[in-house]
Amino acid sequence: MSTRLAQGGRLIDRQKPLRFTFNGLPMEGYEGDTMAAALLANDRMLVGRSFKYHRPRGIVASGAEEPNALVGLGEGARFEPNQRVTTTELFDGASAISQNHWPSLDFDIGAINARLARFLPAGFYYKMFIHPRPFWKHVYEPFIRQSAGLGRAPKDRDPDRYEQAYGFCDVAVVGGGVAGLAAALAAGRAGKRVWLMEQAAHWGGRAVVDGVTVDGAAAEDWVAAALAELGGMANVRVKARTMAAGLYDHGYLLAYERIADHTPGDGRPRHRLWRIRAGQVIAATGAIERPLAFAGNDVPGVMLASAVRDYAVNWAVSPGDRTVIVTNNDDAYRTALALADAGLVVPAVVDARACVTGALPQAVRDRGIRVLEGRGIAKVKGGKRVTGVAICAQAGEGSVLEEIGCDAVAMSGGWSPVVHLWSHCGGKLAWDEAGAMFRPDPARPPTGADGAAMVVAAGAANGHLQAADCLADAHAAGGGTGAAPTAVTEAEAPLEPVWIMPQGAGPALRAKMWLDYQNDVKVSDVQLAAREGYESVEHTKRYTTLGMATDQGKLSNINGLAVLSEALHQPIPATGTTTFRPPYTPISLAAIAGEAKGELFQPLRRTPMHDWHEAHGAYWEPVGHWRRPYCYQRSGEGIEDAVRREVRNTRNGLGLLDASTLGKIVVKGPDAGRFLDMLYTNMMSTLPVGKCRYGLMCNEQGFLSDDGVVARLSDDTWLCHTTSGGADRIHGWMEDWLQCEWWDWKVYTANLTEQFAQVAVVGPKARAVLEKLGGDIDLSAAALPFMHWAEGTLGGISARVFRISFSGELSYEIAVPAGQGRAFWEQLIAAGEDFGVMPYGTEALHIMRAEKGFIMIGDETDGTVIPQDLGLDWAISKKKADFLGKRGMERTHMTDPNRWKLVGLETPDGSVIPDGAYVPATGVNANGQKNTQGRVTSTYHSPTLDRGIAMALVLNGPDRMGEVLDIPGIDGKVYRAKIVSPVFYDPEGEKQNV
Amino acid sequence: MKRYSVFAVAREALRNHQGWDRAWAKADPKPRYDAIVVGAGGHGLASAYYLGRNHGITNVAVIEKGWLGGGNTGRNTTIIRSNYLQDPSAAIYEKSRSLYETLSQDLNYNIMFSPRGVMMLAQTQHEVRGYLRTAHANALQGVATEFIGPERVKELVPIIDTNGPRYPVLGALWQPRAGTARHDAVAWGYARACSAMGMDIIQNCEVTGIRREGGKVTGVETTKGAIGCDRLGIVVAGHSSQLADMAGFRLPIESVALQALVSEPIKPCMDVVVMANTVHGYLSQSDKGEMVIGGGTDGFNNYTQRGSWHHIEETVRALVETFPMLSRLKMLRQWGGIVDMTGDRSPIISKTPVEGVFVNCGWGTGGFKAIPGSGWAMAELMAKGASPLAEEFSMFRFREGKFIDESVAAGVAH
Ligand SMILES: Cc1cc2nc3c(=O)[nH]c(=O)nc-3n(C[C@H](O)[C@H](O)[C@H](O)COP(=O)(O)OP(=O)(O)OC[C@H]3O[C@@H](n4cnc5c(N)ncnc54)[C@H](O)[C@@H]3O)c2cc1C
Repeated sequence: MSTRLAQGGRLIDRQKPLRFTFNGLPMEGYEGDTMAAALLANDRMLVGRSFKYHRPRGIVASGAEEPNALVGLGEGARFEPNQRVTTTELFDGASAISQNHWPSLDFDIGAINARLARFLPAGFYYKMFIHPRPFWKHVYEPFIRQSAGLGRAPKDRDPDRYEQAYGFCDVAVVGGGVAGLAAALAAGRAGKRVWLMEQAAHWGGRAVVDGVTVDGAAAEDWVAAALAELGGMANVRVKARTMAAGLYDHGYLLAYERIADHTPGDGRPRHRLWRIRAGQVIAATGAIERPLAFAGNDVPGVMLASAVRDYAVNWAVSPGDRTVIVTNNDDAYRTALALADAGLVVPAVVDARACVTGALPQAVRDRGIRVLEGRGIAKVKGGKRVTGVAICAQAGEGSVLEEIGCDAVAMSGGWSPVVHLWSHCGGKLAWDEAGAMFRPDPARPPTGADGAAMVVAAGAANGHLQAADCLADAHAAGGGTGAAPTAVTEAEAPLEPVWIMPQGAGPALRAKMWLDYQNDVKVSDVQLAAREGYESVEHTKRYTTLGMATDQGKLSNINGLAVLSEALHQPIPATGTTTFRPPYTPISLAAIAGEAKGELFQPLRRTPMHDWHEAHGAYWEPVGHWRRPYCYQRSGEGIEDAVRREVRNTRNGLGLLDASTLGKIVVKGPDAGRFLDMLYTNMMSTLPVGKCRYGLMCNEQGFLSDDGVVARLSDDTWLCHTTSGGADRIHGWMEDWLQCEWWDWKVYTANLTEQFAQVAVVGPKARAVLEKLGGDIDLSAAALPFMHWAEGTLGGISARVFRISFSGELSYEIAVPAGQGRAFWEQLIAAGEDFGVMPYGTEALHIMRAEKGFIMIGDETDGTVIPQDLGLDWAISKKKADFLGKRGMERTHMTDPNRWKLVGLETPDGSVIPDGAYVPATGVNANGQKNTQGRVTSTYHSPTLDRGIAMALVLNGPDRMGEVLDIPGIDGKVYRAKIVSPVFYDPEGEKQNV
Repeated sequence: MKRYSVFAVAREALRNHQGWDRAWAKADPKPRYDAIVVGAGGHGLASAYYLGRNHGITNVAVIEKGWLGGGNTGRNTTIIRSNYLQDPSAAIYEKSRSLYETLSQDLNYNIMFSPRGVMMLAQTQHEVRGYLRTAHANALQGVATEFIGPERVKELVPIIDTNGPRYPVLGALWQPRAGTARHDAVAWGYARACSAMGMDIIQNCEVTGIRREGGKVTGVETTKGAIGCDRLGIVVAGHSSQLADMAGFRLPIESVALQALVSEPIKPCMDVVVMANTVHGYLSQSDKGEMVIGGGTDGFNNYTQRGSWHHIEETVRALVETFPMLSRLKMLRQWGGIVDMTGDRSPIISKTPVEGVFVNCGWGTGGFKAIPGSGWAMAELMAKGASPLAEEFSMFRFREGKFIDESVAAGVAH
């Protein structure tokens, strides 16, 4: 069984017991425990089930590389699936449940898959479930989905808070082992701005567990001193619980700080996502031990040798009473020593190497522990827990030489440097034959904007597994001058690459050797992939799912590609690795989203009158980041009724529209006129000061992209109104041309959309209400005719008054400083009371413009419509040599006389044609689709005319006045409509020109 | 080719799966072929497959510089739909979708086409009108779609928040017979079927030049030597401009990075595909249980197959906002592909200025769904010189201004 030892445990505080539950069972641990350590201390080795076969799964590792031990953590809204217990700090009251089984962890029906394993090899689903066809959707897929997946889906809205922050440094050191500390010390002493981060809550990495001596002191003490020194440096920032998740181009480092995972609900943000601009990244990310592939290496109780050591030293937990060690290298002997130190039994060390002579093995032999040379494990015995191992010759096919009873197996297949950060941005790897590992190739680093290396790997991450080399390497990486820290450890003899055990294992054994524990990928699966031609390492990965589990192959990738290489009879570097992608370990989506949720999801733009609208029944419509009132609902009034009331009131009396969202871009400079002549299809340079002109903008293709009224403010200043949705886009468009193409033109642009509040005062009583406000502007028809503007004060507020109309009524659009927008609006409401004033919203605006036959960008246009289609030929200058879109419009398809053109549609019965309807034509096209001859672009019930009106683009429409069309709706009805002029209301313009 | 079936699997199980054939043969280039397709992505392989199946042309090589299916075909989020606005798009995507329905049987390879339904959310009035328009267009095109209200949205996707404070869901365009498929399997299934017809799939072989004589193609130069052919199909997605350059013409293609990500797997919680264009993100759940997430492209051209981090943030924000339960899931992996964008966001399947050279590209962010239909059209074009499905997608349309603009209907065209 696994238990807590009576003594020891560097990281735990026995004075502080913590209570937690696992599958409802109460358990106890100590402060400083990971949940994995605490589970083991409570003799909980079996913690989950594998993905495919639902095999029993135990804790294998002690850190981020753990593939098996995933639980559902927390309850209610704080429930989180797939939490890795080896990186979960224990806290009081924690509750965990195991995953992927039914009905229970100990008895799982899904485990039937394990019995059927031989029928379910890699990629079996590509070869089965093909017939009968409907079964995939209705039978097979639902079944597969149900048995796949790991944890339960969360249900509720997350109650926690998440933060994002920026960091800047010269050097970001990733990894808090001795290498990271040495590199940070070197860089910090040199005066660099340094960030040092460690994913775990504790520092020192392997050296403190392995009893290394650094600079004559115990590693433990050296680490404490290093941290103290770094803590005292103003230029160094030290962060625990912070994992460097990914490296992006130009030294953009993403780090994930787990602030409050271990103190849930304490009010602090749970995670913080750091985006760090680092001059250089030092990846001192260490190395990960590799499992060995032998039959039954997935039985709970089989663990990494280093993890067994970690549990014993850090947390005083013994994973077993009798632990057999199996290895191909010297390092694993340290585990034997650590266990012996703790008074535990190590029945044997099984070493695949034929001749074992090093100092560490000698020390082990000196304790009276058997060392079996040239031996391997033929098979692990046990189901939900190891009960023993069968020993064989490594060189043979697996005949059993002896059996040894044990309840744990500690395995070591050598080490792989953690090269993720090096690789994220294209750093290349070299195969190190002696160490049997891929390590960063210093000749091919990832490069920054200046072409220089932006990552340096240091220490074990750079392939230096011996503490002394590791420190020297890290010291140099940190730019250290003077002597590097020195370390003393036992010398190690070379490892022998062993990928499967025993060497000559037949198919039956190979089908029981796990490579990927979570996804159930075995040696036989990789060999099958190779046999079937999935030879690229990427094909093998995808075909077998090797390395695709939530640990992303930290334990399985190298072993898998070694097995693949053997199967393909090619050297390992010829096989290569799969791509390392961020994040290094999974990070919460919440942290990625940060504070941007709910009301803060996107910036909400409010006009100065926003709160007034809110208080007066606004039914909101999102328009870009703005909110605009769609209409103002009175109590008991439906939305459609409100819209009708607003239209009628405006046409007959007085309406107010908050038009502040309209884009307002000032264009100024000696070349401003010339610039606007290029931007607009019509001529703007000739517009006299004091006048307004309606203008069209096209993209280079000649398609209409925006429209609006332009006013000339002074000799060299124009004010361009754009659509509400188009303001930022058009401003960007202007700057694009000015900065990239016409950089020598003397023009400035400024987007003043938010600097002005704008109110459209509309209706027969518009002039009267403004006169009532009082001011120094002569608003008479003679002094301020249609399409003119004037400046002055209105109701004591300085204002610019544009006499323009988008409704066909007498109308003034008045711009006032944004800060006075609300006051101005309220003055108008008060002054308008006698005239029956009502505010109106966007829908009334749309209806009135449609009644008048005015186009709306986005309704009548869709990126494929040219001004000529809309009868706007008059707005296209014939005099100008060039403007944006001119050449585009001259292309054959654009000048084709047979195009869909703007008309009005009138339904004899007054009904409203559905939005988006198409007008069919006779026959079908070459692809069997019904031919069409037009489409409805805008359609409304007109309160003014009290019947349906529509605008449409119809093939040669203007030549077909009076023709009747049949328009089918998706509501199943067919609408009859007559082609008429699109101007339904006041065609002569008598109302707007008064 | 040994057929795949449950019986074959059972038979092989009894002999430890030692008897399986290679899915596709290892091939070295022959001196010449009747037709060469460059690029063993989905579109290249499907083009070759239908050349053989529909037109009897089997002396064909598919040449791939890396591993087959390793381009965008193996990187996409596998959405298959045909609810496109413009007629030519709807025609080819619907052809494609219908071919997907029987593709597993046709190829004898389970590509896991899952017609689980695709829903495109309308979150502004403008979007509502846009999707109503698409629904009307689809009705005439023979594509079964339907505009549904927020209640039905919630019913189909219980995890969605239809009343978000910023962009409440106003409705959705719903295509019940759209869905997803397993991307690698599509490439592998076609490759296996091509190989079974005797075609050569030559991997790790980069095309470095295109040989011409008198304005006509005569073959290609590759890292494995020169290979002759009468007809050449260029089907290389993000690298199309480079191949066109080798053939001496230019293409209106920009290559940009598009990213995607997956969460850790969880038990089934969402049965359909949801696309939310206003907030810019889309979501489905793979059969493995991962939440598959995608968003918009990078704003600048590049070839790195990596993207900018801030796009991932934007996408994830959009989805956490729309599906609050995602918050406590974790991102497992992110990646990128280089997509080939045309000016109107529609593809090119076309003859070129060089006789015998045909090009199939410009699928941009949304060509996985088109693989069978595109291959069908490309094969017909290469075999006969014309194809009704390809007609409108000529590369010369840009010169005429005859755009097939789909960005009208959806911000993102996946
Ligand atoms: C993140 C992401 C998400 C996506 N999501 C979706 C989605 O949900 N739905 C959808 O329908 N589409 C989606 N797409 C788009 C879709 O993936 C592509 O449109 C489609 O896969 C393109 O296939 P292809 O065969 O044209 O290109 P690819 O699969 O890229 O194949 C082109 C091949 O050409 C090879 N090649 C290039 N140059 C040479 C040369 N010189 N010599 C030889 N070979 C060469 C490449 O190596 C590559 O294998 C997505 C794309 C990405 C990147």
